[in-house]
Amino acid sequence: MNLFTIASRSIRQRLLSSSLTMLSMAMGVTLVVAVLAIFGVVQKSFDANATLGYNVVVGAKGGKLQLTLNSVFYLSQPIENVPYEYYLEFKTQEFRFQEYQGSYSFKAIGQQHATRKTLAVSTLGASVPLGGILGLVVDTTLQNEMDSMFPWNRPGKYKAYTNFVIPLCLGDYFGPYRVVGTTPDMFDLLHYGSSAEDPYALQGNGRNIENYSEQYGYFEAVVGSVVARDRNVKLGDKINPSHGSEEGDSHATEFTVVGILEPTGTPNDRAVFINMEGFYRMSDHAKPLENEDPYGADQQGHKITDSDYRLPVEKREVTALLVNMDPIFSVGVENAINEGSAAQAVYPVLEIRRLLDVFVTPVKVLLLVLTVMICVVSGLSILISIYNSMNERRGEIAVLRALGARRLTVYGIVSLESLILSVAGGLIGFLIGHGLIAMSSPFVESRTGVRLGFFDFAPPLPIAIPYLNQLSPEILLIPGLVILAVVVGFIPAYSAYRTDVAKSLGK
Amino acid sequence: MLSIANLKKTFTQPGGATLPILDIPKFAVAAGEQVVLIGRSGGGKTTLLHNIAGITKIDSGEILFDGLPLQTLSQEMRDRFRATNMGYVFQTFNLLPAFTALENVMLGMAFAKGKTDRGFAQTLLNRVGLKDRSGHRPTMMSVGEQQRVAVARALANRPRLLLADEPTANIDPANQQSIVDLIKESCEEFNIALILVTHTMEVANQFSRIDRLEDINQLAARAEEVIA
Repeated sequence: MNLFTIASRSIRQRLLSSSLTMLSMAMGVTLVVAVLAIFGVVQKSFDANATLGYNVVVGAKGGKLQLTLNSVFYLSQPIENVPYEYYLEFKTQEFRFQEYQGSYSFKAIGQQHATRKTLAVSTLGASVPLGGILGLVVDTTLQNEMDSMFPWNRPGKYKAYTNFVIPLCLGDYFGPYRVVGTTPDMFDLLHYGSSAEDPYALQGNGRNIENYSEQYGYFEAVVGSVVARDRNVKLGDKINPSHGSEEGDSHATEFTVVGILEPTGTPNDRAVFINMEGFYRMSDHAKPLENEDPYGADQQGHKITDSDYRLPVEKREVTALLVNMDPIFSVGVENAINEGSAAQAVYPVLEIRRLLDVFVTPVKVLLLVLTVMICVVSGLSILISIYNSMNERRGEIAVLRALGARRLTVYGIVSLESLILSVAGGLIGFLIGHGLIAMSSPFVESRTGVRLGFFDFAPPLPIAIPYLNQLSPEILLIPGLVILAVVVGFIPAYSAYRTDVAKSLGK
Repeated sequence: MLSIANLKKTFTQPGGATLPILDIPKFAVAAGEQVVLIGRSGGGKTTLLHNIAGITKIDSGEILFDGLPLQTLSQEMRDRFRATNMGYVFQTFNLLPAFTALENVMLGMAFAKGKTDRGFAQTLLNRVGLKDRSGHRPTMMSVGEQQRVAVARALANRPRLLLADEPTANIDPANQQSIVDLIKESCEEFNIALILVTHTMEVANQFSRIDRLEDINQLAARAEEVIA
C-alpha cells in the first residue's frame, strides 16, 4: 500500500467534494485550452495573412496602409488607380505587344511611321534613283528607333524579377462585399496558407474564371465562401455588381457564377472575383480620355460583348498589382516604382505586421493574462477544497501519525491528493477542451479558414524564453499543473504536517 | 523492557496558566507483562500512553525502552520507533473509513516497514474472528467488529508493547468481554507487553497487575519489582 493508494482512497472517501474540485479544475483547464485554441486561431490567421503568396503590392501613390488595406483585405476605399502600363511592366514582351496593339499610341505611332516613311522616301527619291533601297534603309532605321522608343517592343522593365503579377480592379460591390476585377491567375498562380503552399480550391463542380469563355464571354465570377453562404449564391447564379458602394446603382452587366471558393481563412472568402475584361466593360469603368479614340474609328459599332473588341490600353487602369517577385530584387523594384510620380510599391506583410501588432498583440497579451488567471483561480479552488476538508480530516491524519506515519509522509499524502485532483481535473479539462475544439471546427473553419482537429495543440507562445517558445503551451500545462498542485497543496499539506496528534486523536 | 523515571508533563492552558498532568517518579513494565492502569478521569492516563508512544514529548524525566531513552529521539525517530515497536488501540477505534478492514490492518505495516504483508494481515483478521469481513469497510461493521479490526491493526507490526486506551468503553457489554479476551490472549500469544487503560473494574479485575496512576508509591514499588 503506497502513498498514491492512500491519497486516492482519501479522494474517493470525499467523492462529492473531490469531484466538484476536480470539475472546477477541469473547467479551468477547458477554459485554458479554449483560450489557447482561440489564441492559436488568431495566430494561424495572422500567419496565414502574413504570407500572402505575393510580396509587393503596387498601387497609386498615397498611404501605404490604405493601399494594403484595400488590396489585401478589400477594406477602406481605394486611393486611386494606376495606368495599365504599370501592369504591363511586369509582363512579357509578347503579352505587352498583344495588349498595346489595341492602344491609341500604337495606332498613332503606326500612322506617324507611315507618314515619315513616305516623306523620307519621296525626299530622297527625288535626288537619288535608288529610292527603293533607301526606303528600305529608312524603314529599318525608323523601326529600330521605334523598338527603342516604344514599349511594345520590349519586355516589361520588371519582368525579369517577377514570378507572377495579378492585377486588381476595385470599385464595385456585391452587397457589402467587394467585387474584384482580376485575371484567372488570381486562383491559378496565387496560393495561400502559412507557407503559401495551399492552392485555392473550388467547391463542387465550380471552376475558375477564364480569360474568355465561349459560354459566358468575359462575364464570369468566382465567389468567396463567406459571400456564397451569406448571400446564398450558387453556381450558375447571375450577379450584378453595384457601382461605387454597397448602395450604388447596380450595373446592367450580369456575371455568371462559375465557381465558389472553399473556405480559406483569407480575405478572399469575403469577395467576388470577376474577369477584368468584364470589369472594364461595365458602364463607366473605362477611363475617360480628353481626345476620345481619335484613331479608333475601326472599333466603333462594336458591342462590349464582342470578343474581338479591345479596350485601348489608355482607357484601362488597375487599382493594385499583387506581385510575386524575387525578394533580392524587390527593394530595387520598390525604389524604382516609388521614384515615379504615379505609383508606389509597398511590402504588404510589413504593413500587416505593423497593423496587427497594434491590435493582435494586446489581444494575445489579454488572452495570456486570462489563461494565467484561470489557472490561478482553478488552483485556488483546489486549495480551498482540500484546506476545508482538513478540519474533518485532522482525526484521520492523527491516526496515520499514531500508526507511525511521519510528518513528511502525511505532507506527501495531502500534496499527492492535490496533485491527483489537479492532474486528473486537468486531463478531463484537456479532453473536454479538445472535444469542444473538434466540435467547433466546422464553424471556425468556415469563419477563419483555420482547420482544427481534436489533436491540434495550440501553437507556441511568443515569449522570449528559449525552448519554451518552441513548445505548445498545452505541453507546458502538465508541469504547470504539477507545480500548481504542489504550490496550492502546500498550505493544506503543511497544515497536515503540523497536526497536533494528541489533540486531534480521538481517544 | 519499559522503564520510566521522574516523568513530568504539564499542559499550558489557553490563559497561560500551567496544569500539571503527570508526575511519575517510577513506572516499569516487563516484557510480555500485562498492566492495567486505572485512575480518575483527567488524571493523565491517556497522556502517559501518548508520552510512551512518543506522540507527545515529556517535559522532563526519562522513558527507557530496552535501554533506549525515547525522550532523546527526534520526532521522526519517535514516529518510526512507535510504528515498529508499539501497537495502539483506541477507545474510538480510529479506523480509516476509506479503507477496508484488511487495508486498515495493512496501513500500520506500510508506515513501519514501507511494505505490507497481506497474508499476515489476513491471518490477524482471522485471529480476531473477522475472516469473512476483510473486504468490508468500517461503516459496514458493528462497533465490536471495528474494535477487533483495530486490535488486529495494532498487532500488525508484531509490536513489543501494546497500548490500549479504554478499548471497551464504546462497546456494548456483550462484546466487551470478547475484546478483553482478544487483547489478553493476543498479547500472550505473541508475547507482547500490554498497558491497558480502563475505568471498568470488571475489565481491570481480569488482570493480575492493576496500577492506580495516582498511587505513585505503588507504581514505584511495582517498578522496583520489575527491575529486580
